Amino acid sequence: MNAVLQYTVQGLAAGSFYALAALGLAVIFGVLGVVNFAHGAFYMLGAVAAAVLLDTVGMSLWLALIVVPLLMLVFGMLVERLLVRWLLPLDPLYNLLLTFGLTLLLVDLVKRRYGVSGLPYERPSALDGRVQLAGVGLPVYQLFVIGVALLVCLGVWLLMTRTRVGMIVRAATERPELAGALGINVGRWVTPVFGFGVALAGLAGVLAAPFRAITAEMGSDFIIILFAVVVIGGLGSIVGAVVGGFLVGLVEAFGQAYAPTFAQVLIFVLMAVVVLARPAGLFGREEATA
Amino acid sequence: MNKRRTVATASMVMAGVLVTAGCGAGGPSAGGGDFTDDKVVLALLNDASGVYKDVSGPNSKIAIQMAIDDYQEKYGDEAVVDDIEVTSADHQNEPDIANTKAQELYDREGADVILDVPTSSAALAVATQAKNKKKLYMNVGAATTELTGAQCNKYTFHYAYDTWMLANGTGTVVTEDGGKNWQLIYPDYAFGQDMVKSFTGAIEAGGGKVAGTIATPFPNDNFATYITKAGAAKPQVIGTMHAGGDLINLVKQYNESGLKDQGIDLAVGLMFISDIHSLGVEAFEGTIFTDAWYWNLDEKSREWADRFMEETGDRPTYAHAGNYSAALQYLEAVQAAGTDDADKVVEELEGKKVEDMFLRNGEIRAEDHRVIHDVYLARVKGPADVKEDWDYEEIIKTIPAEEAFRPASESGCSM
Repeated sequence: MNAVLQYTVQGLAAGSFYALAALGLAVIFGVLGVVNFAHGAFYMLGAVAAAVLLDTVGMSLWLALIVVPLLMLVFGMLVERLLVRWLLPLDPLYNLLLTFGLTLLLVDLVKRRYGVSGLPYERPSALDGRVQLAGVGLPVYQLFVIGVALLVCLGVWLLMTRTRVGMIVRAATERPELAGALGINVGRWVTPVFGFGVALAGLAGVLAAPFRAITAEMGSDFIIILFAVVVIGGLGSIVGAVVGGFLVGLVEAFGQAYAPTFAQVLIFVLMAVVVLARPAGLFGREEATA
Repeated sequence: MNKRRTVATASMVMAGVLVTAGCGAGGPSAGGGDFTDDKVVLALLNDASGVYKDVSGPNSKIAIQMAIDDYQEKYGDEAVVDDIEVTSADHQNEPDIANTKAQELYDREGADVILDVPTSSAALAVATQAKNKKKLYMNVGAATTELTGAQCNKYTFHYAYDTWMLANGTGTVVTEDGGKNWQLIYPDYAFGQDMVKSFTGAIEAGGGKVAGTIATPFPNDNFATYITKAGAAKPQVIGTMHAGGDLINLVKQYNESGLKDQGIDLAVGLMFISDIHSLGVEAFEGTIFTDAWYWNLDEKSREWADRFMEETGDRPTYAHAGNYSAALQYLEAVQAAGTDDADKVVEELEGKKVEDMFLRNGEIRAEDHRVIHDVYLARVKGPADVKEDWDYEEIIKTIPAEEAFRPASESGCSM
C-alpha cells in the first residue's frame, strides 16, 4: 500500500511535466494546425534557461518559474512571427519539417555553448525533504510539481472556458473557418497562442530542472512520449492533453514498478489501444468523414 | 478536415523518424592523401558531439598533440620520423559508423594507429578492422573486457579501464567495508549487463550478495520508481551502472528519494570527473568510485593537467590522460622499432614495462594486450573540502597494478 502511494506520487509528478508540455502542444495545434516538433527543444530551453539564470545572476527557482516562461513566451512569439507564419498557408507538413529542423538547430546550439555533460541546478531549500503521509515519506518537491501543474492546468481551463479570449481561441480551435466567417479575427490570436504554448513547455522545463539531468538532449526522448500523450488524449484537445499527460505518467511509474522491462513499451501499447478503440483519442472530437 | 488526420498520421511517422534519427549514417568524410611511409598518422576515433564528448571528445586530440610535442622535444634530431600527424573522426557511438570510419582512417587517411573509441560495441567493431587490416589500435574509452578477452587480437591494445577493473575496485572495497547486501540498477544493454556480471562476481568474492537486479531502459530520464523499488528491498547499497546523462538523472532522483537518510548508500559503477563537474559535488558527496587516474594525483600528473588546462580550459579526465599516454607509448615504440610497420611496433610494445604521467607501475601485458597500471579508489569530496575548481576527489586507496585488472590467465584470450 505504501509503495502504491509512492508510485502514484512519482507517476503524477512525471505526468505533470507531460501534462504541462502537452497542453502547450494542444493549444498550438488547435489554433495554428501546427504540429510543433520543437516542443521538446522548448522544454529543454526552459530547463537550460533556469540553470543559466541561477548560475549567472543567482535567480532562484521561485523567480525562474515566472521569468523563464515569460522569456519563452517572447521567444515563441518571435519564432511564430519570423518562421512559422510564412509556412501556415502551405501544407502542414512544411511546419512539421520546420519545427523538426529547429529542434536540431537548438539542440546543437545548446551543445556548442554548454557542452554535453549537463548543467548543475540547486532548488530552494524550502522544497527539500519529505512529508509523512500514511507512514510514507513523500518528497516535497514532487508534491510541489504536481501542485503547480494542477494549478496551471486549472488556470488554463478557466481561461479557456470563462473568458472572451478563451472563447475565441476555442472557436478558432474547433471551427476556424466558421469563427472567421462570424467576424472573429483569428489571425490576431495566432502569435500570442503560439508564444503561450511555448511558455508552457518552458515552464515544464523549469520544473524539471531540479529533478532531471539538464542537457541539450533532454527534450529528445521527452517529445516522443509527448506525442504519445497527445495522441492518447486527442490531438488538439485541451482536457485530453492534461488527462493524457497524467495517465501516461502513472502508466510509466506503475510499469516501472511491476514490469520494469516493459515500462516504456506500455505507453505505446496504451497509445495503440486508444487509437484502435477511439481513433480521435480519448477526448478528441470524431470528425465527420469527408 | 482531412488535413487534421494527415497531420496526425504525419506526426506519428515523424515520431518514428525521431526515434531512429540517432542511428543515422555518417556523412562522407574528406578524403585523405595517399599513405606515405614518410609520416606517422595517429587517428582519434571517438564521440565528437554526443554524450561522451566531455569525457573524451575533441579535447583528446589536443592530448595526443601534446604527446607528439613531447616526443619531438625528447628526441629532437634523433627522432626516426619527423612528420607526425593527428587526425580525427566522429563515430557517434554507433558500431556501424565506427566500422566505416575505421576503414577510412586505415585505408584512405593512412592511419598507423587508431586511438580511443568509446562505446563497447563500436570498440569491438574497430578491433575487427584492426585485425583484418593488420594495423594498430589502442583503445582507451571503452569498458568491455572482450577487447582483451574472447575477441582479443594481435593489433589491439586496451588502456585505462574496463568493467572488471571497475567492479573489482568499487564492488570489492565497498563490500569489504560492510556493504554486504546489494541491489543493482543497470541500463539494459551490453555495457550494463557486462557491469552487472562483473559486479556480482566482485561482491560475492568480497563476501556480500546481490539480492536483486533491476534493468532500466536506455536512455531514460525517470528513475524515481526504480529507485523506490530497489530501496523497498532494504539493501545496504544500491549500485548503479548508468553513465552520462542517465547517471545524472539517477543521482538527482536518488537524492530526492530520501534513501540516503535511511542509510542506503549509492555506489556508482562508472564515473568520470566531468560528471562531478557537471552536477556539482553536493549531489555526489561521499560517493565512492574507481578511477583510472586523477589529475591532482601528484606533481607529475598535476603538471600535465596544468598544460592541458592552458590548452583547453578544462581539467583532463582519465580518458584524456590515457590517450596522451597511448599516443606517447606508441611513438616510443615506433622510435625503438625505427619503423611504423605494425608487426614490429607490436613486438616493441608487448611486455614492456612503462612509467609515465598516466601509467604508474604500468605494463603492456603480452598475453592479452591489457595495459595494466595502478588504479585508485576515490571518494567525492564535500563542498567544504573543495579548494579549487575541479578539486573533487579524495583518493582513499591505491590498488596495485597486478591486483587491479583481470589476471591474464582468466582472460580467455588467444592470439
